[in-house]
Amino acid sequence: MNVVEVNVNPKRVKHDLKKQERSLLLRRFLSNKLMVTGSIIIVLLLLLAILGPKLTPFDPYEMVVKERLEAPSSHHLLGTDNFGRDLLTRIIYGAKVSMWVGFASALLSSIIGLAIGLTASYYRYLDNILMRICDGLLAFPAILFAIALMAVLGAKTENVIIALTIVFSPEVARIVRSRALVVREETYIEAIRSQGASAARIIWKHIAPNTISPLLVKATFVFSEAVIVEATLSFLGAGVPAPDPSWGNILSDGKDVIYTAWWMTVFPGLFIILSVLGLNLLGDGLRDLIDPQSSTK
Amino acid sequence: MPNQQAESILQVQGLKKYFSVKGFRSKSKNQQVKAVDDVSFTLYKGETLGLVGESGCGKSTTGRALLRLIEPSGGTVLYNNEDILKKSPREFRKVQKDMQMVFQDPFSSLNPRIRIGESIKESLTIHSIGNRNEREEIVMDILGKVGLRSDHYFRFPHEFSGGQRQRIGLARALVADPSILILDEPASGLDVSIQSQILNLLQELQDDFKLTSLFISHDMSVVRHISDRVGVMYLGKLMEEADTDTLFSNPVHPYTKALLSAVPIAKVGKKRERIVLKGEIPSPLNPPSGCIFHTRCPFAMDVCKQVVPEKVEIQDRHTVACHLYS
Repeated sequence: MNVVEVNVNPKRVKHDLKKQERSLLLRRFLSNKLMVTGSIIIVLLLLLAILGPKLTPFDPYEMVVKERLEAPSSHHLLGTDNFGRDLLTRIIYGAKVSMWVGFASALLSSIIGLAIGLTASYYRYLDNILMRICDGLLAFPAILFAIALMAVLGAKTENVIIALTIVFSPEVARIVRSRALVVREETYIEAIRSQGASAARIIWKHIAPNTISPLLVKATFVFSEAVIVEATLSFLGAGVPAPDPSWGNILSDGKDVIYTAWWMTVFPGLFIILSVLGLNLLGDGLRDLIDPQSSTK
Repeated sequence: MPNQQAESILQVQGLKKYFSVKGFRSKSKNQQVKAVDDVSFTLYKGETLGLVGESGCGKSTTGRALLRLIEPSGGTVLYNNEDILKKSPREFRKVQKDMQMVFQDPFSSLNPRIRIGESIKESLTIHSIGNRNEREEIVMDILGKVGLRSDHYFRFPHEFSGGQRQRIGLARALVADPSILILDEPASGLDVSIQSQILNLLQELQDDFKLTSLFISHDMSVVRHISDRVGVMYLGKLMEEADTDTLFSNPVHPYTKALLSAVPIAKVGKKRERIVLKGEIPSPLNPPSGCIFHTRCPFAMDVCKQVVPEKVEIQDRHTVACHLYS
């Protein structure tokens, strides 16, 4: 076997390869139209949540009694609610709450689920204990469980995040565990074990990265589910307490006046649909994008 | 070929690995599969010992038990006159640097998410060899030695062919400069043309690195090509062990004879007399009494059914476990 001595600068090669991989990733992202659509929706909603409060001239808490239940007009773009507050402003502030609750509970349940899943899959004697606890938690329907937790914790935005994290962590843990169980039997884990690698190195450097793609996909779905459950909780009065706006409690206020003020129901509903749709499109796309094996296609 | 006075480097004595089977409907509660049963052999410095046998005979388990990837149930393995099976994980790490393994499947033996250079480098990191920059250089150097380019460092495993991946596997095993290499069918997952490339590379590297190796394979011709000595395994036991030339020219154990008669001859019209064994390999859950081979042996005698044959040295460096020779 002739070894061709190529004079290469390794750092340069690394840089070029990384650049190449990045441009490939970008190209594949752009070729997935649904994913691009989802990302645009999510980015717009996030921008709305972050910048919106600065752009709107109205105060979401200021009640103007003589302007209650006004239909959409050039003054109030999406009309006003039953207390005369500008609906668009309320929805923008609600987006902030919904996005924050969704993102925080997706992030927290991912971290906790990852830790539980990896522990259960690596330390087999803990598996039964941890998974039976998860099974127990999963046995309750998500919304009922969240309502029960909120009843215990009290209606507060932070408590919504805690409740949703408890509800969704077991789902994430299951997914991480099942993937990790497959990975730990791979020969490359045996190979690194034969080198004398520590358990921490095996778990975090070799098993964890291989569970990231299903985890990331699951996280986006948890995000969207969290938005729905948060809206449901607030709709039922167990979530974000009034007068703080959230899509759920705007809907709740709207249901009493649905025949006279359709905009109070339709617009927050549309925003919920839009954010869930965007997140699901993003999640589906991520699943295709993140797999390194398909990056040559 | 090593001479007789060659220094022994690894002494395996009575190595055992029993797997307990908790069958759903098994009658006796604690049945055991004796995957490796009382296997003893010695590796001499610089030689290649081939371990052959059918699938399921325990040859891979033997290799894994030596590295404690599967914790053995009994026996001793002496390396530098110390029993490595009794070492704590911390002490054993030093042994792991010296004993490296190359795996059969080149596709699943590399982590798909890690650049191959990083995969190879890990061994250096674990055993804290060199500093950051030195490690990268050592890896690039070893990549060259196994016939890859140094810029392959930053590529992912899926960008390589099977043969190239096996080269990477070799590089990973060699990078920490081991003294013993355990090769678990390193070529059997590859095309025939690539197989010979890998085997030749392996021989070159063995000379370069002054390696002692245990070559596990089911392919008699490959073993003949690469080994100095050969051990034949059947149902977890070592049946015969001899220098390669002796074993292939003068096999004495009936099982070895049958195994060798199955190797095709690459000559038109020429056929060797084929010894066809009757029956199937007995279930390792319920192995035959006495000599484990007596159910299929054409020369089985009464004594074979009752007494386990001792290993005897019938010639210099030629041992066999068979009643015909004791």
